[in-house]
Amino acid sequence: MTQWIAACAADDIDPEDVIPFTHGGQDYAIYRSPDDVYYATDGHCTHEKTLLCDGLVMDGVIECPKHNGRFDYTSGKALGAPVLTDIRTYSVKVTDGTVYISLGA
Amino acid sequence: MGRERLERYSLIGPENQAAVAAGLAGGDWFRSAVPRKRMKELMRRSDYPAIRDTVIWIGLILGFAALGSALWLVWHSWWAVPFLLAYGILYGSTSDSRWHESGHGTAFKTRWIDESLYQLASFMIMRDPTTWRWSHTRHHTDTLVVGRDPEIAVMRPARLAKLLANLIGLVDVPVAFWLMLRHAGGRLTAEEADYVPASQRRKVYRTARVHLAIYALTIAAAIVFRSWLPVVLVGGPRLYGACLFYVYGFTQHAGLGENVLDHRLNTRTVKMCFVNRFLYWNMNYHVEHHMFPMVPYYRLPELHEEIARDCAPVYPSLWAAYKEIIPAILRQLRDQEYYVRRELLPGAAPFNEPAPINDGRALPLATATLA
Repeated sequence: MTQWIAACAADDIDPEDVIPFTHGGQDYAIYRSPDDVYYATDGHCTHEKTLLCDGLVMDGVIECPKHNGRFDYTSGKALGAPVLTDIRTYSVKVTDGTVYISLGA
Repeated sequence: MGRERLERYSLIGPENQAAVAAGLAGGDWFRSAVPRKRMKELMRRSDYPAIRDTVIWIGLILGFAALGSALWLVWHSWWAVPFLLAYGILYGSTSDSRWHESGHGTAFKTRWIDESLYQLASFMIMRDPTTWRWSHTRHHTDTLVVGRDPEIAVMRPARLAKLLANLIGLVDVPVAFWLMLRHAGGRLTAEEADYVPASQRRKVYRTARVHLAIYALTIAAAIVFRSWLPVVLVGGPRLYGACLFYVYGFTQHAGLGENVLDHRLNTRTVKMCFVNRFLYWNMNYHVEHHMFPMVPYYRLPELHEEIARDCAPVYPSLWAAYKEIIPAILRQLRDQEYYVRRELLPGAAPFNEPAPINDGRALPLATATLA
């Protein structure tokens, strides 16, 4: 069953940026694209356990701050070495200025 | 001592597992606090600086090659030598910094330009682009962690004969060809297998075959035209033009702490003049680069200003750095626990030394674990 969890206020994230969100001991990364669409992925890079929220968001891509591994944060697709495993993405909705992410099974 | 030293630094030796067991592998490294807004500015990519610098760089390389070749072939003049030497140094030394920056993917905003420079520079510096990408990834994860970092240039004790011979590539070039042959035959070394994922290996074998084919054509051209010029222009610069590569490179980590989790203990930032910074693409800001590898080379001077309060004073010149490096390396020949420990500025965040093993002396972990 889908469980929508309030992650942050929509204004907490600058356009083309990312912030961290922790829920139930799990880290997530919440993104805001330049055209104000919101996305969410797991919080850690799939290559090594580095938090993506310190990385660079540019042109639909999140770049890991440790080894510059890149993911398309809209689809979770890994874009080449050193990241070879796609990152998990989560559905996102914005209601009344609040960003919710879906953590359902 | 030689075999013992190599085994200690080997990625397939006992220190690898010992470093993992001690929590050194993939450890949490110190990073200066930089506001997110400022860091976003510093990380932002642009094509312009790197395209400008690359056009100048390739222009100089082609210009020196053309002038040197013309003086040699047309006028048979010894004046060819300084031009070919300049060509060789640009080819055999400065390709390292281009390899490095484009390998991180930070030089250009446009990915295909970045990847093209990476492939070109990898060929010039005689590195397989795939294995070295993974090697450098490990170097950033476990910088100077003994048994984990495949890019420790100066061991304790140093292999002095190798270091000196490599000023003209006499060890690294034969090793590069041995690796090319091995890769072309579809095999990695056991050490490479430690950090190159299986899915990436086919690329290694294919690239080695392409590189070998280019060198074979170069040698064939030299034989057909009865001239050394093809070899002087392709491959040869990795020998006669390599000195600056090592002179710059040793400043990064030589003589500093091993098995630490703070780049201020194992990495140097050295002030260099404009020419050296162009040739080295600002890799002299090496503490900054290791702490924040997503900042492109053209923003590193600004990052340096941002985190200088947390760092030890910079070395004012290459000369100042070598006044420390050479005595340190010589002392480590007889005292392998010795390392240069920098003093931080007043008010700087203290060194990140979560355990006694992180104090920089690099005591053998495997022995300690077994004891």
